[in-house]
Amino acid sequence: MSDTVSPEQKTQTNTTTYLLGHLRDYGLLFALIAIMLFFQVVTDGVLLKPVNITNLFLQNSYIIIMALGMLIVIVGGHIDLSVGSVMGFVGAFAAVMIVNLDVPVAITIPVCLVVGGLIGAAQGYWVAYWNIPSFIVTLAGMLVFRGLSLWLLEGQSVGPFPKSFQLLSTGFVPDIFGVDRPNVTALAVGVIAACAIVYLGMRKRARNMAYGIEDEPFSFFVVRNAIVAGALLFVIYKLSTFRGLPNVLVTMGLLTIVYAFVTEQTTIGRRVYALGGNVKAAKLSGIPTERLTFLTFVNMGVLAALAGLIFAARLNTATPKAGFAVELDVIAAVFIGGASMSGGVGKIVGAVIGAFIMGVMNNGMSIMGIGIDYQQVIKGLVLLAAVIFDVYNKQKQR
Amino acid sequence: MQTLLEMRDITKTFPGVKALDNVNLKVKEGEIHALVGENGAGKSTLMKVLSGVYPQGTYDGEIHYDGQVARFNGISDSENLGIIIIHQELALVPLLSIAENLFIGNECASKGVMNWPETYRRTEALLKKVGLREQPATPVDSLGVGKQQLVEIAKALSKDVRLLILDEPTAALSESDSQALLDLLLELKAEGVTSIIISHKLNEVRRVADTITVIRDGSTVSTLDAATEEITEDRIVRDMVGRDMSQRYPERERRAGDMLMEVENWNVWHPEHATRQMIKDINFHVRAGEVVGIAGLMGAGRTELAMSIFGRSYGQNTTGTVKLKGQPIDTSTVAAAIRSGLAYVTEDRKELGLVLEDTIQRNITLANLRDVSRSGVINEAEETKVAERYRKAMNIRTPSVFQKVMNLSGGNQQKVVLSKWLFAGPEVLILDEPTRGIDVGAKFEIYGIINELSAQGKGVVMISSEMPELLGMSDRIYVMNEGRFVGELDASDASQERIMSFIVTH
Repeated sequence: MSDTVSPEQKTQTNTTTYLLGHLRDYGLLFALIAIMLFFQVVTDGVLLKPVNITNLFLQNSYIIIMALGMLIVIVGGHIDLSVGSVMGFVGAFAAVMIVNLDVPVAITIPVCLVVGGLIGAAQGYWVAYWNIPSFIVTLAGMLVFRGLSLWLLEGQSVGPFPKSFQLLSTGFVPDIFGVDRPNVTALAVGVIAACAIVYLGMRKRARNMAYGIEDEPFSFFVVRNAIVAGALLFVIYKLSTFRGLPNVLVTMGLLTIVYAFVTEQTTIGRRVYALGGNVKAAKLSGIPTERLTFLTFVNMGVLAALAGLIFAARLNTATPKAGFAVELDVIAAVFIGGASMSGGVGKIVGAVIGAFIMGVMNNGMSIMGIGIDYQQVIKGLVLLAAVIFDVYNKQKQR
Repeated sequence: MQTLLEMRDITKTFPGVKALDNVNLKVKEGEIHALVGENGAGKSTLMKVLSGVYPQGTYDGEIHYDGQVARFNGISDSENLGIIIIHQELALVPLLSIAENLFIGNECASKGVMNWPETYRRTEALLKKVGLREQPATPVDSLGVGKQQLVEIAKALSKDVRLLILDEPTAALSESDSQALLDLLLELKAEGVTSIIISHKLNEVRRVADTITVIRDGSTVSTLDAATEEITEDRIVRDMVGRDMSQRYPERERRAGDMLMEVENWNVWHPEHATRQMIKDINFHVRAGEVVGIAGLMGAGRTELAMSIFGRSYGQNTTGTVKLKGQPIDTSTVAAAIRSGLAYVTEDRKELGLVLEDTIQRNITLANLRDVSRSGVINEAEETKVAERYRKAMNIRTPSVFQKVMNLSGGNQQKVVLSKWLFAGPEVLILDEPTRGIDVGAKFEIYGIINELSAQGKGVVMISSEMPELLGMSDRIYVMNEGRFVGELDASDASQERIMSFIVTH
């Protein structure tokens, strides 16, 4: 996804004013790259080793998947504090079904997703139709589902899972062209994806030019796409020299594309932004605001369930502590990605990059052997800095 | 009379724009000085310079106050000299009492401990002075806007005001509340308080002002002295817009076509108090090409009527039928009402009409995304085309349709709201205070748009508190009072007096 930059306002092509106006969009991307380079240097190249890149995706997949749903909830003007607990609960639910009750994996997975949806519905109902603040409803949910996971697991860890379930997280896409490294399938996917990004970017640019609304200087366009496509190819190449494409990366990539498309290109996405921007105006424009709010929570529940399955599959066990405080990482990722607390503003791609920033920092600091105490402090400061940067930018524009 | 305030050659630039360009303002001690001009002319900026919101050094020019050069670094500096500004958006804390609001930041307290008896005693004295009969302990949010305005003035008086600045004080007030407020200003004047009043309502300006300064595009255009010359509204308007506006309401060929919308036996109850009937057995109709006005005082139930018709957005237990071209239509939800051919332009465009964070384009298509999408996927190119079409047709002044709506002036925002509803393709438009808070030039354009709609055979229902506007624009006027229609007048024999007499005799 290259479209972190949307053409806005000014028609003149002055590079400096353009850069200033889009500092946020470029800033996020460059912040991620800068952070990666920094850790690459201070960890003596460990960060970008194929095995570590693979690890990065495995470690952060569940955060990213939940960030997709959380972005929509936050854009809609709400928040969901329960996702960590729901994730843990669904993992526990899956463990009980598969390990204790011997239910087949193929049945367990859809059932768990439905359970996630029902949990989202149960919370969304009070938020949407009773106007109870989401902070309170989901705070209650957070406690309830934390307790229910403990009850379900009777305080024990339950595992291990059968191989087929583990594939959800630790599996890799088989190389259809052979077994030798580098993994040709991965490379092919990478090249196709990079071409698609450049092609879609060019098509959008051409269309905007036709309307005379494109203001990104051509040089910026080239550099931005070169960096994005280059980074993608680099990462994929590294992966291909290890074990190829992890299944979770594919899941995550597809979900990101789908959610970016839904939020930016469809009527339902547009309506969520309007709802978060001004719920009264949206309502008087004929938008079913209650139902839409309800659905954002259902969606969040399903994604939290998926994250719970992936997390459990990765650990190969369901523990009562799974998902503890994860909601905070997810929410932080969305705000680092540029969403606004008051709703109506934020992008899927931003949330994903925000999640990666958090993930790379976690990973890099762990490699460096920085204690968990300092890690928390640094992550907190990064979140604060990102939001201050947003507010500062906004004030300057006035 | 000696000069209390003189602002000399004030120039204030924001990045890229010159908001004020050598503005001069001279206010005499003990007078009421009106500051008029179109939206964006620079009135509010000038007052922000005066009150210290823009501190000394961020502008050029000098302020002389009470014979001395004044240098303000913040609002507290100007307040210490008795310059108090009351903004259009009132600065009261809704859940606190009148007494608490009056002395916020200025509490009667010793060492941080409140002296309540003293607070109440002084509050009562101040309330008496502004003629507000309320208990000091009453929470502010239980008062109407008019009374809240009086609380603001009482608050100013508590600070020993010498120069009172009121920004659009009557914009949200009913006719009678406005009159009361203006009377109060005259009383304060008799007691020696000087006021500056910013207003769009020229009849009010004419009534109370001793001197009128007109500002246009950041410069002083003229200063009119009511004592030495006869000031007509036309004269003020001419200075405001820089051209002759002999016609305040554009001509329209009046012709009522076939029956378009009929509302029959409409009854609505209060959304929270099920026993309180807000709309009582209302019947009315609109013909094709007709502009129907609804007159009435604030609280008569006009907005409630409109919103209850538009998708039951107000009230409960609503009964009655709405017919379009003789057929009953479904108005049970907003979406259904839109589909059936209704549109409602709200009175409060920022709160209820627009998504301010979003672009012009996204606001215009919001009520009719279906026409710019296929199976739920939006065609942005098509959407831009639509937005551009309305930008031209409505003369929305903006560099591009990708501009955020919050950066537009009031008049242009209103045009975006109208565009949104026109794109929804309605048969009947209900316009609730369509020109509130927008300047004369933009008003004229909105009237033109209304006439254009009527020429296309649409039905227009216009709710307005400005009677000249109703009289100038409508073919027929219904008079509403306390939830009922108490009269119906043809435009040819309607007058302000007749409308008022309907209201007072029912």
